[in-house]
Amino acid sequence: MPALSPQAPPDRLTQHPSSPQDSATCDRHYKTLDTTLKRNHYQPDALIEVLHKAQESFGYLEDEVLLYIARQLKQPLSRVYGVASFYHLFSLKPSGIHNCVVCLGTACYVKGARQILDRLELELAIKVGETTSDGQISLLSARCLGACGLAPAAVFDGEVGGKLTAEDALARLQALTIND
Amino acid sequence: MSVKTLKIDGKDVAAEEGTMLLQAAQDAGIQIPTLCFLAGLTPAAACRMCLVEVEGSHKLLPACVTEVAEGMVVQTHTPKLQGFRRMNVELLFAEGNHVCAVCVANGNCELQDLAIALGMDHSRFPYRFPDRHVDISHDQFGIDHNRCVLCTRCVRVCDEIEGAHVWDVAQRGEHCFIVSGLHQPWGEVDACTSCGKCVDACPTGAIFRKGSTIGEKERDRAKLEFLVTAREKHQWTR
Repeated sequence: MPALSPQAPPDRLTQHPSSPQDSATCDRHYKTLDTTLKRNHYQPDALIEVLHKAQESFGYLEDEVLLYIARQLKQPLSRVYGVASFYHLFSLKPSGIHNCVVCLGTACYVKGARQILDRLELELAIKVGETTSDGQISLLSARCLGACGLAPAAVFDGEVGGKLTAEDALARLQALTIND
Repeated sequence: MSVKTLKIDGKDVAAEEGTMLLQAAQDAGIQIPTLCFLAGLTPAAACRMCLVEVEGSHKLLPACVTEVAEGMVVQTHTPKLQGFRRMNVELLFAEGNHVCAVCVANGNCELQDLAIALGMDHSRFPYRFPDRHVDISHDQFGIDHNRCVLCTRCVRVCDEIEGAHVWDVAQRGEHCFIVSGLHQPWGEVDACTSCGKCVDACPTGAIFRKGSTIGEKERDRAKLEFLVTAREKHQWTR
């Protein structure tokens, strides 16, 4: 966890914080965020909606963004962090370029989804919910994709793959990264 | 304000409308065990230690947030309730890493007191031994998450009495923990006024003064009540 310097001069919050991203893109993201803040009249009860918008435009909620939101809504930092970390939909870490969602619903589970997930975790050397260190693949799980007929199923960058074996799943992942 | 009459453990009790069962029982000399409740703070009803049986209700109700009602018949210490309370404390011990022998609050800990009062000499549940951390980045205080029972007293005391809201609950379910600022080290949170109210409020040894060793933690609980009375009623009692 990088330490935020709480003593940061106030202008750090008005001039948007620097980020590894291209600064123009970053500015655009902050503009979207500002629009949402304004539309909600900077009301504290709009926190979740603002976080949604931030997640949507930045891709994830980094500390700088949470700090910015907290200051704009005049809310305690710990409350903003508490809300952002509570909901599954908010991500505090950047997600990978590609993602793979393995279904762990009942039908898929019975058909061996757990073994597929275990194998993927082993091969990628990450746990479910994490992203590989090179930032390429995020491994996620879901409770039923509604594709039980295809069990065991997984979604690779939005494309459903069905009746998978662990080898199939690995091959699909390799195909994703090779196509870059 | 109208007065409600009710029966608690067979005793006739009269209490003003809006009074909570816990208070009404206390005024009648009946002590209901509590853990997350702290006088002067909004009740959280998180710990479930004060659950009581109310005739006509099919579920157990937390006395700290249940208002008295006319003709209510309440049982506070049935064997069933005591059994649940004991199980509750066993679960708390199994959930965190509570080692009294090396704790600053040994002999002065509400969790330990509850365990003794309920005759809990061991936990029937497997210990989870969660991987939790200690933050001693603050000049004067430290927080040991191993000893935390997530009663949220520190969160409420900091928000409601000090007004700084340094603490909150982060994450969800079994991963919950008390967070300072944006998950920063406590010592780096600018909002903290180092007032020490969270140390006084903490029922266990989770939040402590640096430099205190085993069994040395002391609290000034009455200070919180004094402050609340002073702020709300403008009456200074010390």
